Amino acid sequence: MSALPETGRTDEVVLAARNVAKSYGSVRALKGVNFDIHRGQVTTLFGENGAGKSTLMKILSGVVQPTSGEIILDGEPIVFASSSQARDHGISIIHQELSLAPNMNVRDNIFMGREIMTATGVDFAEEERQTRLLMEELEEEIDPLTPVEDLRLGQQQIVEIARALSVNSRILIMDEPTSALSASEVEVLFKVIRDLTARGVSIVYISHHLEEALQITHHAVVLRDGAMTAYADRKDIDLEWIVRHMVGENFDLGSPPAGYEMGDVSLEIEGLTVPDPGGADYSVVDGMSLSVRAGEIVCIYGLMGAGRTELLETVAGRLKATSGKVVLKGRDITGRSIAECIRAGLVLVPEDRQRDGLVQTMTVGRNLSLASLGAFTRGLFTSAAREADLVGHAIRRVHIKTDGGAAAIGSLSGGNQQKVVIGKMLATDPEVILLDEPSRGIDIGAKAEVFKLLAERARQGLAVVYTTSELGECLSIAHRIIVMRRGRIAAEFGPDATKEQIMAASGEAVHAH
Amino acid sequence: MSVTPAMDTKAAVSGGKRKKSFVELLFEGRAFFALIAIVVVFSLMSPNYFTLNNFLIMASHVAIFGLLAVGMLLVILNGGIDLSVGSTLGLAGVVAGFLMQGVALPQLGVILYPSVWVVVVLTCLLGAVVGAVNGVLIAYLRVPAFVATLGVLYVARGIALLMTNGLTYNNLGGRPELGNTGFDWLGFNRLGGVPIGVIVLLVFAIVCHILLSRTAFGRWLYASGGNERAAELSGVPVKRVQITVYVLSGICAAVAGLVLSSQLTSAGPTAGTTYELTAIAAVVIGGAALTGGRGTVVGTMLGAFVIGFLSDGLVIIGVSAYWQTVFTGAVIVTAVLLNSIKYGRR
Repeated sequence: MSALPETGRTDEVVLAARNVAKSYGSVRALKGVNFDIHRGQVTTLFGENGAGKSTLMKILSGVVQPTSGEIILDGEPIVFASSSQARDHGISIIHQELSLAPNMNVRDNIFMGREIMTATGVDFAEEERQTRLLMEELEEEIDPLTPVEDLRLGQQQIVEIARALSVNSRILIMDEPTSALSASEVEVLFKVIRDLTARGVSIVYISHHLEEALQITHHAVVLRDGAMTAYADRKDIDLEWIVRHMVGENFDLGSPPAGYEMGDVSLEIEGLTVPDPGGADYSVVDGMSLSVRAGEIVCIYGLMGAGRTELLETVAGRLKATSGKVVLKGRDITGRSIAECIRAGLVLVPEDRQRDGLVQTMTVGRNLSLASLGAFTRGLFTSAAREADLVGHAIRRVHIKTDGGAAAIGSLSGGNQQKVVIGKMLATDPEVILLDEPSRGIDIGAKAEVFKLLAERARQGLAVVYTTSELGECLSIAHRIIVMRRGRIAAEFGPDATKEQIMAASGEAVHAH
Repeated sequence: MSVTPAMDTKAAVSGGKRKKSFVELLFEGRAFFALIAIVVVFSLMSPNYFTLNNFLIMASHVAIFGLLAVGMLLVILNGGIDLSVGSTLGLAGVVAGFLMQGVALPQLGVILYPSVWVVVVLTCLLGAVVGAVNGVLIAYLRVPAFVATLGVLYVARGIALLMTNGLTYNNLGGRPELGNTGFDWLGFNRLGGVPIGVIVLLVFAIVCHILLSRTAFGRWLYASGGNERAAELSGVPVKRVQITVYVLSGICAAVAGLVLSSQLTSAGPTAGTTYELTAIAAVVIGGAALTGGRGTVVGTMLGAFVIGFLSDGLVIIGVSAYWQTVFTGAVIVTAVLLNSIKYGRR
């Protein structure tokens, strides 16, 4: 890594992706993307969730291999078989999810897998000295011997950044590095980024905080649905340009169902307050009130950490509220268990379908019938015939593409797996359905199908509440859009709101701290 | 990232549609074929092996850890482990022996001789209580199953030793004038030529099979073992399921204790030592996954018979007890190896 003078050839492309595509089963995460990284400059990748940003970064850093296309390093095509191979070429990545060992201290985490060895073993003193230097550079008072689990999330992110810096990489990929940092920590990080670029290090930056990213970037690349939609230099663009290209002309996700009378209030939430499940001293949901009528579709929009998931999980009986009430069709169901909520007619489709939604060891049919076992149990025994009826009905009703109820869950595409989770909950004949990011990790076609399905059910009197972090999904089937920010309702819009209005209310354009 | 499994399982599904190759068939029924192979090999090596009487004797040996294995299967399906069953077996035998000797109540100046049925019910109750202790420790106090049941293993064994002072109850026959005869019925009698112990095992296996395949509880168990969070969000009472499986495992162990002490007509405090490991081995050989959610009663029964028929066969052909241990170990490791080949490919 030779330090080039600032007048050096800064427009030189060090790493490039040519026509890179990546498919996961039937889902095309990337569709032939071209991407250049310039020496000593910051290139920011913009795009909504699921646009393919993280996939592209994983390909560039060797974590996953592209289905087709090539990677060009210093003008030569290259194949990275693993992330350590990419690291040997000076490419390192700071992942969105922290990859630290919480039981080990800061020093050992930073030098994990690259321990400085002497004849008698690991040179802990030297490692500690270098760790101190890194922490000084990042202006963070973290003792190298502190166990990582004792650090708060923002400090852990600093350690993660320090580790990436310590390998002296010439290309550094930062996937949402600021999501847990305070404003002053972000300032320090930006200073470090400027120092690095001055030394000729190339940075790829990904962030949801658009204005923040605009402060430091030299180039902007926008991805949408796995394809590159725009590319420009910093001087030619502004916030509005980014938003326009990020969101694009919408694929039609439908419009609010109309032409029917909404019923009475189905779900009433009053002053719900939920403490942080991790035990921190603040409320993730802070006195929320919301009422939803039968046949109404409400969208809750918010950034990560806005409290959307916690709100839904509390209403559905998984988390306990410290105060507030949840009333379903006039019945107080506050503090009921999940099973009681399901029986009462309120169901939750969780955000992470692999972790919380599906039982991978069971078939499609058994997953679909899991929440409504009572419907086909007579006395002690389940009835195979009634179950087959229920499963067949569910498969048809939510249009699951499968070989039948006996198929393995893993044989379905992401979109169809999501329909299984939704179908499972709809099979209980609920009054209210809560869906946490129902479109996460499914392609645009499946998304449209899921929304159409929800609109149909709303027409039949179901109250629907779904969360999303994609603007295009707010302005689809929802009759009302609630913007959540730090556990509270920041704004409420009708279906005629603009994306800019919603984005501004969520605090996305400016840094939340 | 969440869609990754879709890719490789597509191949698995199309593979399932075409006719299974011989190798696949052999692999699917590996416990069954292993059992056949064991029977064939030993029958060739000893004329005494392939006789009805020998099979019945071997089956009544299998009955003991077969019963433990049925309970263990439920626990393992839940993703847990129950190391306490061997000790519970021993404690159950000792308590049954203690009750058969007569319970002296000095305050009232009488000695109670409960009838055999009362003894059986009380012993099963004891097994349920031990299981409930395991279940509560694991489900509500969040002690890892391995540690909780390891602790109970020691405590139950210790109580059995304390109760008998390390000695053995020998006279379990009862006396006609006290009306408590019949304890040896479990271990010695036969119904239609089949030892009662084997029939008890059969009944437990069938009930357990129906429980798993035809009831909501069975579905709850498979679901919470496969993915506890998803099961909970689908309204499955996961904690209740967890406690229930340990209670059922405890009852199975108590019944096994009754059968064993009846077969021996004596109840020693060290009976059943290390039997929990044999039970786990039977479940694993039967194809169940220790991570939970996968396994069947039929497989577990095959596993129990593989172990039983193998070790008895080795005795019959005169192989030393030390070699038996080596063989049994090799079979267990091979079974787990095959399981990991099967479940390792996602």
